[in-house]
Amino acid sequence: MMADPKTLYQEVILDHNRKPRNYGVLEHPSHQAEGVNPLCGDHIKVTLAVAGETIARIAFHGESCAICKASASMMTAAVKGRTRAEAEVLTQDFLAMATGKSSLDQLSRIGRLAVFAGVRDLPMRVKCAILPWHTLHAAFHSVASVSTEADADPMQAPIGNA
Amino acid sequence: MNAAVPMLHAAPAFDVARIREDFPILRLRVYDRPLVYLDNAASSQMPQQVIDRLVRYQTTQHANIHRAVHYLSETATAEYAKARHKLRNFIHAGEDREVIFTSGTTDAINLVMHGYGRKFIGAGDEIILTTLEHHSNIVPWQMLAEEKGARIRVVPIDDSGELLIEEYEKLFTERTRFVGVSHVSNALGSINPVKQMIAFAHERGVPVLVDGAQAAPHMPIDVVDLDCDFYAFSGHKLCGPTGIGILYGKADFLERMQPFKGGGDMILSVTFEKTTYNTIPHKFEAGTPPIAAAIGFGAAVDYLSAIGMDEIAVHEQELLRYATEQIQVLPGVRVIGNARNKAAVLSFVIDGIHPHDVGTLLNQEGVAVRTGHHCAQPVMQRYGIPATSRASFAFYNSLAEVDALVEGIRRVQQVFA
Repeated sequence: MMADPKTLYQEVILDHNRKPRNYGVLEHPSHQAEGVNPLCGDHIKVTLAVAGETIARIAFHGESCAICKASASMMTAAVKGRTRAEAEVLTQDFLAMATGKSSLDQLSRIGRLAVFAGVRDLPMRVKCAILPWHTLHAAFHSVASVSTEADADPMQAPIGNA
Repeated sequence: MNAAVPMLHAAPAFDVARIREDFPILRLRVYDRPLVYLDNAASSQMPQQVIDRLVRYQTTQHANIHRAVHYLSETATAEYAKARHKLRNFIHAGEDREVIFTSGTTDAINLVMHGYGRKFIGAGDEIILTTLEHHSNIVPWQMLAEEKGARIRVVPIDDSGELLIEEYEKLFTERTRFVGVSHVSNALGSINPVKQMIAFAHERGVPVLVDGAQAAPHMPIDVVDLDCDFYAFSGHKLCGPTGIGILYGKADFLERMQPFKGGGDMILSVTFEKTTYNTIPHKFEAGTPPIAAAIGFGAAVDYLSAIGMDEIAVHEQELLRYATEQIQVLPGVRVIGNARNKAAVLSFVIDGIHPHDVGTLLNQEGVAVRTGHHCAQPVMQRYGIPATSRASFAFYNSLAEVDALVEGIRRVQQVFA
């Protein structure tokens, strides 16, 4: 019935927590947003340099738990070099996985990000994993900041299909 | 001459093993390990005696109270009154009518804010609170301050988590109208010198509300000795049901206060021209109260009193001493809050590991702790941290459970090594 949290704290997640990729703040971002989870104090900033439709560079910065930090790190690695539309699709795929609502199509696209699948059994930790993706979405849609405690709770409300 | 002999796992004067048998939930296994429940500051567990009392009420005594002349209504009314009397004895109040049943501590504080604050606190007046308050003893007063144009002054703490009493005394002005202070800090465990603070406020004619949510479960409470004007706490932190708590108020204060909620039971007579309010405590208990919960609360204080609040305090101090000793020697672990006078609450942070990760991984060892800001964000801000992990003990916790916590912390550190 209960998932073993060990399956969540896999080496790949611990590694990204220890040595986060794309960690920092871009100097002249074309898009940026901040995300907070007031319940645990997770706070991250995502900055992007989008050239045409392609995410040329992306960085994140902030204080957070290992799940959030590793998720942000792997997110930046996953969307860098992809188009904005691809990143938005991946965002939906990730959210669906984290809340245990993936279609087979979505699962087939998720790739290495599947290491976060275990959070679906830890409701209190879902928000940690999806905060970076929410922040990315907010950056694309010019929302200055997002909170996991906002009216539209990400646990309940899917990110809008703009 | 034997003073220096270590008392490690000394023979129990307090029979924890026997007491644990009263709590069915403590037999639970989590991730196939024995549950180690160390989140008692959030909510405590219920002994079979209280569960049985709820069942007996519900199966043989239930009807609405203060309503009808039939057998069940009279029985339920009498049992509800008995519960109030037990609570009064538990806190050594002078009269039963000084005990008002509320839905919990938050509800009790809101009752004082609406009943007393909105009537007697006005523009330019000042309310003194402390850095250690739970959000429930901050937000209602902010709402009042905003409505009335009153001002909130905050007593600071030192690095150990003790209130700076000199600073408290300096905050008093001609406009000070009210003091709200927690008896015990939920985030750090600091026991505040409320008796001394109340005496100082009273010399200046200022009433004091004590938030006793974290104190009443852990030590004997004597509201007459403290001389507090209001004292609030919850049933569910004290082996009772959720949805019930009390507000103790001195009778003369309660009589001068305006009702907070209108409805049945809180009136003597109603016409569309004029309603006459009932006497205290009924004036503040509109509608059908949580009768079963109140009776369960009464059974819970009976249970605790039979063990003895002094004995409970001594055992919990032993747990705190042992846990502090074991945890503060772990490399990379820092205890937050080292007040000289502390209840059995241990907040800690681990270098390089976020409290949420600590909580998730301890859970895997069967150890339940709270992680986060503990509804006390000003305390977290004071220490410049977003959150802590908090182990909070009850009298049914054992020294072996402290060992399980320490072993759990070691394992968390291994995962992140």
